[in-house]
Amino acid sequence: MSVSMPGSHANPSDHSDSGAQAPLVAADGRPLKVSLRRALFKNKLRAVLLVAPLMLFLLVAFIFPIFSMLTRSVESNEVRTILPTTALAIQAWEGEGLPDETVYAALAHDLKEGQRNRNLGRVASRLNYEYSGMRSTITGTARRITNVEAPESWRDTLIDAHRNWADPAVWSVIKRESRGYTLSYYLAALDMRYDADGSIVRQPESRRVYVDLMIKTLWMSILITFLCFLLGYPVAFLLASLPMRSASLLMMLVLLPFWTSLLVRTTTWIAILQSQGVLNNILVALGVIDDQSRLQMIYNETGTIVAMTHILLPFMILPLYSVMKSISPSYMRAARSMGATGFTAFRRVYFPQTVPGIGAGAILVFILAIGYYITPALVGGESGRFITNFIAYHMQVSLNWGLAAAIASLLLGLVIALYLIYNKLVGSDNLKLG
Amino acid sequence: MEKPNGADSEKKKSFVVFDSVQKTYDGETLVVKNFNLDMDQGEFITLLGPSGSGKTTCLMMMAGFEVPTHGQILLDGTPITRLPPHKRGIGMVFQNYALFPHMTVAENLAFPLQVRNIPKSTIADKVKRALSMVKLEQFGDRRPAQLSGGQQQRVAVARALVFEPPLVLMDEPLGALDKNLREEMQFEIKHLHEDLGISMIYVTHDQSEALTMSDRIAVFDDGIVQQLATPEELYERPENAFVASFIGENNAFIGDVLSLTETQAEVRLASGDMIQALPVNVGGQGQKTTLSLRPERVYINPDPGSLPNILQARVKEVIYMGDHLRTRFEVAGNKDFIVKTPNSSAVHRYMAGDTISVGWTVNDCRALDA
Repeated sequence: MSVSMPGSHANPSDHSDSGAQAPLVAADGRPLKVSLRRALFKNKLRAVLLVAPLMLFLLVAFIFPIFSMLTRSVESNEVRTILPTTALAIQAWEGEGLPDETVYAALAHDLKEGQRNRNLGRVASRLNYEYSGMRSTITGTARRITNVEAPESWRDTLIDAHRNWADPAVWSVIKRESRGYTLSYYLAALDMRYDADGSIVRQPESRRVYVDLMIKTLWMSILITFLCFLLGYPVAFLLASLPMRSASLLMMLVLLPFWTSLLVRTTTWIAILQSQGVLNNILVALGVIDDQSRLQMIYNETGTIVAMTHILLPFMILPLYSVMKSISPSYMRAARSMGATGFTAFRRVYFPQTVPGIGAGAILVFILAIGYYITPALVGGESGRFITNFIAYHMQVSLNWGLAAAIASLLLGLVIALYLIYNKLVGSDNLKLG
Repeated sequence: MEKPNGADSEKKKSFVVFDSVQKTYDGETLVVKNFNLDMDQGEFITLLGPSGSGKTTCLMMMAGFEVPTHGQILLDGTPITRLPPHKRGIGMVFQNYALFPHMTVAENLAFPLQVRNIPKSTIADKVKRALSMVKLEQFGDRRPAQLSGGQQQRVAVARALVFEPPLVLMDEPLGALDKNLREEMQFEIKHLHEDLGISMIYVTHDQSEALTMSDRIAVFDDGIVQQLATPEELYERPENAFVASFIGENNAFIGDVLSLTETQAEVRLASGDMIQALPVNVGGQGQKTTLSLRPERVYINPDPGSLPNILQARVKEVIYMGDHLRTRFEVAGNKDFIVKTPNSSAVHRYMAGDTISVGWTVNDCRALDA
């Protein structure tokens, strides 16, 4: 950095003469921008090093899984990898009638190969999602042709082994799924499917599940958010206006739920709300309801809404509190001194200033609610289930990970879309988390 | 202490009256002990005092945000002690302006008119006039955060005046401004007060602000008004040691009263020196007293015998203040005896260690409570 002093001495006067166009230089003759970059480099490096562990963690535990989930929701390489020659041969087929002998021969070859490698199960179940009965078609055919060598016509042999091989629809599924990617998970997640001709149609009425559930999850989350707002706003107001000592006591009560296990909190609601539970017993004892007509408040929507509102309430109160705390009481006083009644002062002066807190709390609660799993699973019963419970079901029970990934991706997309809409309506500067 | 107002005693109905008002928050200590005030229409009264002296509490009781525990407050003859703030029709400027951040300047000014259900066209008109009154015509569409401190201050004043209240309260409105701006705003507020003829109650802890702006000043300490008088009275004729030391600069001596007549008290200091002083607030012979002497009333090197009080003074320090010199002496055991001399070529500058004599008249040296 240090350059001989005499030279640098002459510089400033030189440059003041040479006009405004010349780039500014530091005392040592380097361009000012370079010097600045150099001076800031260390700080930047330190900042990067400080966040590096977290970035790495996020990359491994968050970005990568999301990416993997997104790929899995469209990935379909079973036909390609397990029935490779068939996948190649079928490209020549135009979709009219049945494919020719070479395709059948390729399939027979792949099936035998697969039987030997014991990996037909994957492709069988994959194709079974697309065309029901394909599992037994593939495994059965593979078993039947194990000992058949070079027959006159593989087509006849295979059709003989299973009549599905005479159905052009089966072949169009195989051709479609040999592309390596598929839309069928997303179609399934949106209650749609490919019909026999390969065009996209809605599922029959009885099999439509996910769209309705998605909508239900959405409105229940909105309702829970709204209830949290209704219950949380007065509490936050009290917290912000009470003197220090009582406020910190109240704050403890607000934070208390965070110190108890989620499971404990949820099961407590079961104890309170169930038909032989505390609340029903009290109502019966008071004579409000009959012993025979005890209220069903758990294992349905009510249970989910009550328990989740309770669990998510602190996430509404905390941002509201931090915003309210920063609103000086002199605003309300000023409004009152100018002739506004207490209510008008609140509505026109106080409330608008809490909007950023409402926004932050609402978005926090809503995003947490829409992806909530454990509470709906425990207290939701049949009607109080969320879309997340189906994601878990497909992850753990049906093992249809592609579908689980597709539903999860749609959920992610929905949350992002809602956030963008919200941002457009309210503005991100109206979002204050503390 | 009376204002030199008209001779018509029939119109001597006070505009604002505090009648033996007391206030306590915890039931143990009185924040305001016994506040009495009679304020005339159009008067500018300042409540001056150190923080915690009860001045802001009095203002808040006037505004209606606090209720007195005892006593009565009257506005224009009507008791308002328990009237809620929004029914009082008093304008108020807050310490940090309290401009509503989510509204524009014009909306802020319109607010007090809107809550009074004034027709829209009238509101627009009045807002425009209020903005031009504080010279902010082109700032109506800005948010308060986009204005400088001085501009925010002006908006706050305009907002307190826009609904034409007969009385405006100001709670340390200039505290957040830098010195130059503060002085400029002092004059602007003073001129608004004179032009509009409204009454003002102003709270500050800055004595120079109080002296320049007020018709009368109530000096608060410890919940009690120590003196309520015009600025000149307060400075020239402080009634007790607190006022003397709080308003302006003051050289104080503590001593015992040896003899006492109507016009003169002879006081012996701890150093043994005798001083002749004007008795203002002394108990009597043998009592302790605080002598108060303004630095600008001290004569340097007076002719011997020309003044009743002449003492030896040793120069401790000379501080250059630009327009004047502050010289710190040790006089009769008081090491903080300050003398101010104008910085002119005629005045001799002393050096630390010089010994000279200082003197003052009887009337300039006031004997106050100990």
